[in-house]
Amino acid sequence: MTTTDREIANPDPNPETQVFWDAAGQGKLMIKICKSCNEAHYYPRALCPHCLSDQTEWVEAKGTGEVYTFSVMKRAKVSFTIAYVTLDEGVKMLTNIVDTDFDKVTIGQKVKVVFKPSENGQAVPMFTPA
Amino acid sequence: MSINGKAYIAGAYEHPTRKAIDKSLPQLHAEVAKGALDDAGLTHADVDGYFCAGDAPGLGPINMIDYLGIKPRFMDSTDTGGSSYVVHVEHAAQAIAEGRCRVALITLAGRPAAEGMATGTKPRIYNQLAPDVQFEFPYSPVVTNMYAMAAMRHMHEYGTTSEQLAWIRVAASTHAQHNPHALRREVVTVEDVVNSPMITTPLRRLDCCVISDGGGALVVVHPDIAKELKRPLVKIRGCASFAKGQDGGKTDLTYTAGRVTGPRAFDEAGLKPSDMKYASIYDSFTITVLLQLEDLGFCEKGQGGKFVSDGNLISGVGKLPFNTDGGGLCNNHPANRGGMTKVIEAVRQLRGEAHPKVQVPNCDLALAHGTGGSIGTRHASSTVIMERE
Repeated sequence: MTTTDREIANPDPNPETQVFWDAAGQGKLMIKICKSCNEAHYYPRALCPHCLSDQTEWVEAKGTGEVYTFSVMKRAKVSFTIAYVTLDEGVKMLTNIVDTDFDKVTIGQKVKVVFKPSENGQAVPMFTPA
Repeated sequence: MSINGKAYIAGAYEHPTRKAIDKSLPQLHAEVAKGALDDAGLTHADVDGYFCAGDAPGLGPINMIDYLGIKPRFMDSTDTGGSSYVVHVEHAAQAIAEGRCRVALITLAGRPAAEGMATGTKPRIYNQLAPDVQFEFPYSPVVTNMYAMAAMRHMHEYGTTSEQLAWIRVAASTHAQHNPHALRREVVTVEDVVNSPMITTPLRRLDCCVISDGGGALVVVHPDIAKELKRPLVKIRGCASFAKGQDGGKTDLTYTAGRVTGPRAFDEAGLKPSDMKYASIYDSFTITVLLQLEDLGFCEKGQGGKFVSDGNLISGVGKLPFNTDGGGLCNNHPANRGGMTKVIEAVRQLRGEAHPKVQVPNCDLALAHGTGGSIGTRHASSTVIMERE
């Protein structure tokens, strides 16, 4: 149980989010920053959840961060680790920790983004120890 | 407009079934409606307000209104998951205070056990078009691992232990042994809980609530009607509801929306946490109880582990008797929505109709609190404070 052999459900992009998923396919993790209030947010929206301005823009995140919290699912055919990771840009994202011994994952652990294919091949951002 | 004293809970009924293979979902709604109206001493012709949530089959409240044969002039199908029925008490009290109805019926029913639903360990998508789904479901968030992440963070920040969480299950099971309808009546120890199989770290099987069929109903009425009936008077003193999410990525899993609803409900009631003789606290998981007790102000943030330890939630033993029916952890969690049964057991306590082994002496003030959705992502909490007149 060191990696994710779990089938990953397909995300369902829409016109508001297509950029995020296309970028993931090129190995890039995108977040949104609002030009009006200068706040980053995640998950990405067209209108800023902090001020409702429509002046949001895509920026590429560094792809590094640390584990805010996690849980190792034991009652599943394939054990897996769900987590919130705090990106260096300050926003937290729900994700999986992969390619590591799940019993050694800790809060505060430094992690970096990797991309894993969903059932239809869409690249999905996940994290592994940095 | 304050609703303090503007409405009373006159009828409360919990369905005795825990596995309803031989009954339909609408039938369960009708049976609990009849049970609560009989309890109040009212008939279905008296009903002029109806409230239900997403467990009611149909388009909002319309199909159940038609099926039940009622003619409400006020209706509401606000759905906040398991807390919906606590929200409905608030909305019913508001509607009655404004003169929009005088006899409000609230129903809940479900049969996840009969349907073989893996409530806690299979991903559930409420609406494929919800904006968060594409950014979360690839990671397989299920109910248990999302609440587990809140527990993990609380342990990290405040030193909360699995043994402390276990005390919540111990208290619930101590109460459940006296409830003949409870699904799990065996009394468990802290050791039993921490040695039960791991589901998703750090939550074990006995940290999780039961999966059961059943339902419940409430009848909320105008004060004039309450005083004509023969039932003990249970007055609504304060209510509040609030939704909390991820705040655009500033996610903080160490608290719930109860941090807002508790102070607001107590303020409306003109009361404080230490005035409560009994509390029904939503118990989808042990961690749910611990977070809400802190947020509602029964103890300081971070002190929930100490507060629940050593039997402090056990009736006749501790300072804050909770969930004396056994709660969702041991008694019943109909439709995977526990808010209704929280209000019902609080009403029983205020009437002096709880089981004698768990009845709180002179129980004149009580709180019921629900949390629906997921504390790991987004949820809505609702608090109601009641007084026996």
